[in-house]
Amino acid sequence: MSQNIDTPFRTSLLISTMRVIVRYLIIFLVAFVLFGVILLIAGKDPVLAIKDTFSSTLRSAYGFSEVIVKMIPLIFAAIAVALPSRVGLINIGGEGQLYMGAWLATWGALTFSPLPPWILLPLMMLLGMIGGSLWAFIPAFLRARGLVNETITTLLMNYVAPSLVTFFIYGPWRSPGNALYPQTVDFVPAARLPTFWGTRVHLGLVIDLVLLVWYWYVMKYTRWGLEMRAIGGNPQAARRNGIPLTTYIIMVLCLGGALAGLAGMSEISGIHGRLRPGFSPGFGYLGFLISWLSGGNPIGILVMSFVMALVTSGGDILQINQGLPFAVVNILLAITLFVVLARPSFWKGMKA
Amino acid sequence: MDHNGLGSLRLAGGAPSTAPEKGNPKVIGNSLAMNSMARESTVGAEPLVALRGITKAFPNVLANDHVDLDIYGGEIHALLGENGAGKSTLMKILYGFYRADSGRILLNGEPVSIRSPHDARDLRIGMLFQEFTLIPAFSVTENIALFLPDLKAVLDIKGIYHRINVISERYNLQVNPQAMVSQLSIGEQQKVEILKLLLSDARVLILDEPTRVLAPHEVTALFRVLDSLRKDGYAIILITHKIKEVLECADRITVLRGGRVAGSLLRSDSSEDKLVAMMFEKELSGLQVSPKPALDSSVLPLLELRGVETRGEGAETSLKAIDLKIYPGEIVGVAGVSGNGQKELGDVVLGLVKCVRGTKFLFGQDYTNRSIQEVRKSGVSFVPEDPLTMAAAPFMTVLENMALTHSRRYARLGGLAMDWQAVKTDVEDTLEKLGYSFSLYVPARSLSGGNQQRMVIVREMTHNPHLIIASYLTRGLDVQSAIAARQALIQARESGAGVLLISEDLEELFTLSDRLIVLYGGKIVGTFEPEETNIYDVGHLMTGSEVQHVSKY
Repeated sequence: MSQNIDTPFRTSLLISTMRVIVRYLIIFLVAFVLFGVILLIAGKDPVLAIKDTFSSTLRSAYGFSEVIVKMIPLIFAAIAVALPSRVGLINIGGEGQLYMGAWLATWGALTFSPLPPWILLPLMMLLGMIGGSLWAFIPAFLRARGLVNETITTLLMNYVAPSLVTFFIYGPWRSPGNALYPQTVDFVPAARLPTFWGTRVHLGLVIDLVLLVWYWYVMKYTRWGLEMRAIGGNPQAARRNGIPLTTYIIMVLCLGGALAGLAGMSEISGIHGRLRPGFSPGFGYLGFLISWLSGGNPIGILVMSFVMALVTSGGDILQINQGLPFAVVNILLAITLFVVLARPSFWKGMKA
Repeated sequence: MDHNGLGSLRLAGGAPSTAPEKGNPKVIGNSLAMNSMARESTVGAEPLVALRGITKAFPNVLANDHVDLDIYGGEIHALLGENGAGKSTLMKILYGFYRADSGRILLNGEPVSIRSPHDARDLRIGMLFQEFTLIPAFSVTENIALFLPDLKAVLDIKGIYHRINVISERYNLQVNPQAMVSQLSIGEQQKVEILKLLLSDARVLILDEPTRVLAPHEVTALFRVLDSLRKDGYAIILITHKIKEVLECADRITVLRGGRVAGSLLRSDSSEDKLVAMMFEKELSGLQVSPKPALDSSVLPLLELRGVETRGEGAETSLKAIDLKIYPGEIVGVAGVSGNGQKELGDVVLGLVKCVRGTKFLFGQDYTNRSIQEVRKSGVSFVPEDPLTMAAAPFMTVLENMALTHSRRYARLGGLAMDWQAVKTDVEDTLEKLGYSFSLYVPARSLSGGNQQRMVIVREMTHNPHLIIASYLTRGLDVQSAIAARQALIQARESGAGVLLISEDLEELFTLSDRLIVLYGGKIVGTFEPEETNIYDVGHLMTGSEVQHVSKY
């Protein structure tokens, strides 16, 4: 057998990508049909509504740039879930880790504001990652010790982080200049991520794309990727084979937290320019959804994040044009989730 | 290829027709009685099941090549062959699990189409798989009820109870119908699986290597059950690669080799030599056991356990006051009925199970509280009892699995890349040495059971280990592969490695071991040189001096 060693990996990536794309198309077709039915019940014209959603987001440069803006934190949050999922860990704590990342990055922005941007921004990124990974360390440690399942702890800690952030915004960090809106003072320009083409699209997008490639490469080609896949594939065998399971559990979950923290940092530094409560409309949870829908496939994460960003942006439009409450977006997301849950049966039918 | 045996046999085969009556399962008792009476009289009747020209190809391998097979009622028909000879595939075709590329299946002479296991069950064909399909959280009754073809909307628990009791008493398949399956031993679970098939009205029973998971005394019990089923007219197909078992219980033996029928014999016409000759094309090379090296007790032992105790959780056994030394160039055999601490002994050496008392030395250094990584790195290899759940990641390729125990060695650029060519070279070296071959680029899961075991053996033998812990090394391997695996242990011993060989095969232990210990209830109850004891004495100790379990050996 003189088979080229690389071929099986390459073909498998191609096949799995194709499969993921077909899966998306089916999922969204079914989801949009169901969503249309609900719009009909609400007395709206579903065709018009869906047309509106797409035309306003995809047919204007500004609309499109806003979709990309929404996509940036989603990609971070999705990798933050996908990475731990490779070793069989379920990180629902993206939202909390994102808040803590933003929190520590804000501290950096406020404390070191005199620094030039080429020091301040990397420092804020680092702090954002530390914030997120510290928040993830608690569930990771408890899980590695075999005490508590990380699914529950990461989820519950999502309710703690925003409160902590809110405390600081109302307390020590509150901007004295603004009595109406509780928020921190505006960041200095050096603490803002550069934006492109006069839109709100910021440097986070580049970091996202680099991270996606990094994630794909690590999983596919490195020793750590190999060992992580082994743990995810069969933890018992991995342990017997001398792979340090507890180390991996802690490292990988903290790394996931760091990426979610980076999402928080990039949001406040790239978009808001200050820390305010509720700056994330559930990016962490959406990241979980995306990671799950894409099965951890890096290209899938990219495509899926775009679609999710499209849907949420479209929700804003529906609100304005059709007089629908923003909750319809949640309905659409929920329907998507249901279709995904139903996937096994119709997927099996497809193969036969 | 010799196909003549089959032709002559079809004439000679004095098998009866046991046309199964489809219908109300409650009349099964009557029809059975009739069948067993009819059995003696009819001669030369047509077979209950006939496979004609079955061909099935998988990518890269022709699993079945124009296979003809006749199954008669009231007979145990053994399907014998090496791993990968196509036995399981053939039977999975009969059970509707796979579909043949070509060929026909005849039931009572009528061609039938079996497209799914459901069809097979409608035709009263049942299969017992190697992996059990019971639901652990359900009771025995619930598990059986689930499988009944005539299950009502409201469960008639009493009726099902009654049916279980009737059948289980008749065939010596006693299990407590109220027990949770999770609490049953492997042997009892197998009984439940058989009960399931019987209650679902199957007439043709396909058993895929049923003895693989059983202790010796359970094997004997199983054969007794099969014998009584045969007397009642059931057609039993036994897939196996163990010649001894075949000679012990089968009426008719068909040997498959490389996907083709190598021959078919009645038991009275067969002998071990004949069957071996049919199974393997070339002569078997026997096992070469080199004379025992003289031990120099001044040498530091590779492994030393001093008063080691563990605390078992759940179904685990606690080890008590284990003192054990393994010197370089020594194979220490561990005998015992499964569940008496063998698994824990291996795991404590590996570091998976913590010592609550006592100390563990490896190569003269205290390893009592060191991690598995450190133990592995020091040169300890481990072949666990179940390759797919304990040693391999099922969805990763074989080659990737091969790199797992020594991932650091194959890492390049500090881990940024893996040198797969080096992995391949190392693996192919070992493959050649052992005379094994299997594909490296398929998921581990898709290998046959025997090849999965080979995969683990190859991996664990690759890096010249200093100490090898081998649990049930040859479980699931055919004769030739087993000899190769044992030979590899002997080679390792000759080059100065130590081996802890845990096995249920006493013959294997007696052949290979330089020293033999017996575990019972987590304690070492005997230490012998193989020459100074015999299988019966060891059997006594293994069973806490109950004689019956080993009498069969």
